[in-house]
Amino acid sequence: MTLTLDDLKHVAETENQRLSSYQYRINICVAAGCLSCGSGELKTTLKEEVKQRGLEDRILVRGVGCMGPCSKGPLVAVQPGNIFYQGCSGADVDALLDSLDTEPVERLRCPADHPFFAKQHKLVLENCGVIDPERIEEYIAAKGYEPLYTALRTMAPEEVIEEVSRAGLRGRGGGGYPTGLKWSTVANASDRTKYVVCNADEGDPGAFMDRSVLESDPHRVLEGMAIGAYAVGANYGYIYVRAEYPLAVKRLKKAIIQAKRIGLLGENIFNSGFSFDVQVRLGAGAFVCGEETALIASIEGHPGKPRPRPPYPAASGLRGCPTLINNVETFANIAPIIRNGGDWFSRIGSAESKGTKVFALAGRVKQTGLIEVDMGTTLREIVYDIGGGIVQEGTFKAVQTGGPSGGCIPEQFLDMGVDYGSLAKVGSIMGSGGMIIMDQQSCMVDVARFFMEFCMSESCGKCVPCRVGTAQIHELLVKIIRGRGEMSDLAMIEELCGLVKDASLCGLGQTAANPVISTLRYFKDEYLAHIQEKRCVADSCAKVIITEAL
Amino acid sequence: MNPSAKRPPRQVTAGEPQAQVLTFKINDIDVSAREGETILSVANRYNITIPTLCHLDGLSPYGGCRICVVELKQSGKLVPACITCPMEGMEILTHSQQVMESRKKILELIFSERNHVCAVCVSNGHCELQQLATDLGLTHVHYAYRYPHLAVDASHHHFVLDPNRCVLCLRCVRVCAEIEGAHTWDVMGRGISSQIVADLNQPWGSSTTCTSCGKCVQVCPTGALYEKGKSVAEMVKNREFLPYLQEMRDRKHY
Repeated sequence: MTLTLDDLKHVAETENQRLSSYQYRINICVAAGCLSCGSGELKTTLKEEVKQRGLEDRILVRGVGCMGPCSKGPLVAVQPGNIFYQGCSGADVDALLDSLDTEPVERLRCPADHPFFAKQHKLVLENCGVIDPERIEEYIAAKGYEPLYTALRTMAPEEVIEEVSRAGLRGRGGGGYPTGLKWSTVANASDRTKYVVCNADEGDPGAFMDRSVLESDPHRVLEGMAIGAYAVGANYGYIYVRAEYPLAVKRLKKAIIQAKRIGLLGENIFNSGFSFDVQVRLGAGAFVCGEETALIASIEGHPGKPRPRPPYPAASGLRGCPTLINNVETFANIAPIIRNGGDWFSRIGSAESKGTKVFALAGRVKQTGLIEVDMGTTLREIVYDIGGGIVQEGTFKAVQTGGPSGGCIPEQFLDMGVDYGSLAKVGSIMGSGGMIIMDQQSCMVDVARFFMEFCMSESCGKCVPCRVGTAQIHELLVKIIRGRGEMSDLAMIEELCGLVKDASLCGLGQTAANPVISTLRYFKDEYLAHIQEKRCVADSCAKVIITEAL
Repeated sequence: MNPSAKRPPRQVTAGEPQAQVLTFKINDIDVSAREGETILSVANRYNITIPTLCHLDGLSPYGGCRICVVELKQSGKLVPACITCPMEGMEILTHSQQVMESRKKILELIFSERNHVCAVCVSNGHCELQQLATDLGLTHVHYAYRYPHLAVDASHHHFVLDPNRCVLCLRCVRVCAEIEGAHTWDVMGRGISSQIVADLNQPWGSSTTCTSCGKCVQVCPTGALYEKGKSVAEMVKNREFLPYLQEMRDRKHY
């Protein structure tokens, strides 16, 4: 028996009725951030208290995905009324329940009109913090899986690709390759067996966009993959998730089982003749497995080491078959594009980068967490409006984007709109969306050293420039930080950065030098202060020396 | 989009001579190549020498050492000649200033990584790494030596593994897995701490998969794998067996 559109609508209707039968819905964030500060216990206590008070028919207590301001957790939202609470604990349960019929609890309240929420545009994250990620019915009630029906039953594969191309969507994993072009390359391959792979091996320090999407709205990713598979002619997919994301893995697996049970995955979906099956594969903690050829090697059971391209995976990927690899966020953008059309999507964002981008805002801003803004939003808006400015009224020094492959952007570019092109112009990259804000306390030489240490220990060791070059650069940076640097070391660092960039095999090596190159470009005075005056502008290097000596 | 990405190199088998031919330039000389042939093999046919280290005819391509990098004249990009297939109209420089400087720096990095002391090495005078330094005019290393502490494995009856002299070219791993079919060798760790290990990091002598065939010893470019009883400069490698084995296999003698 296959699912029909009427069945889907029936599920949505029943679920909506169920939700609206409650007078109040108390949503508690159960994504990894809030869970780690006790939202799981809070949910249990709340449920028990509601039961004890005999209010089960009036009040629904449920877990939802990430709401955004992760540093303020556990977060609670009361619907209707859209009342946000932050930093709740078991002790606040009585106060929360007592307040429902009266005034909100002011001491816990987080204003919903705060610029943190007001300045965002939630597209990928539209269901995050709104629906229960462990119930497929709620995703369907939020109009989920309708785009899949539209694609399978009313559009030809070419039309789906045409729509994605017209949207102007570019790969959200960092490279920014046009998604429509990638899809059509795979679709044009004449091979019978093709694969779709979702890259969820998010490894940048400080980045948690993909994790939050998978934990908060796993069905959206599955739906995007299924539409992609239909467009390129694949019947089998893999989601490659790092094992450090156990909750994301658990919810994904649950989502796959739910979708299979009602026929949204598997044989003959929506009676269209199209079949699609998905499996989860776990990464074993290697950053380089985010590189597509290394990821494929890892799925095949080989050591996660990259191989030279071409051939690109679109021509010869998993098991030698044409393979479509996209990032979690890219797939999460597909359903809205099919629902609202490519033209709608292409009106969002900047001239050359369409749509929105999810960023993991971290570092020295008042309001950290998961945010989503239109492409082209300025750094100033992100740091000062959404982020609420620098903590302890400090001064902004730099923003690091793109993780270990990106660069540090100084204050002079704060009014620059963030998109693929503008970031590349100032020596950084979009990357997957990590954004670390630094203030006067951060030593930029130490920042460069941190990222170089990361690249050194995550290098797979296959090619010499990356394996030995990163280790040599790291050693020179440590030498400078310890106050033993000479001017000739600076020249040698520049020389090695050039070599690692030009001669390495894969993206990891080719971009490993970016944090060093960009800090040398904008913060050379700090390097010179270390070398010539044996002094750290930020007074932080003394700590580095002590921790290393321990 | 790279045109060759859309069309993977066609497998050319014996008795099928109609392979597509393409023309390109190496050092401003017009050359022709069969589709799927690497820049390195074309250069060799035209007697243009490109230095190599991890590459060995008869083993699968690896592309790890980057000694064989050549410059694409149009873009100035560096690509490894041993695994890159030329495209129609490509212009390649094998000895430009950028190429020569990069090769030298890469070689310096290799020398700085482990403890390469030629004066006490069994392969002194017969070492590919040493020969490369001579060929590229490398007289000293200006990067800091890393001096790692690595234990020598002399547990095998006939052979010794000295990781201090290893350049991680993985010829041993490939010959053992691809030619001998034993897959005794593999790599442990990653990045700068990568190391060649027998089985699951067993002493070589206690390996249950090693057939003691010695192919790894013969293909090793340096003195990292050598026969017991050899003293300084006495270890001469014989690599003739590999093309011979390949030929015999093609003729189905083995």
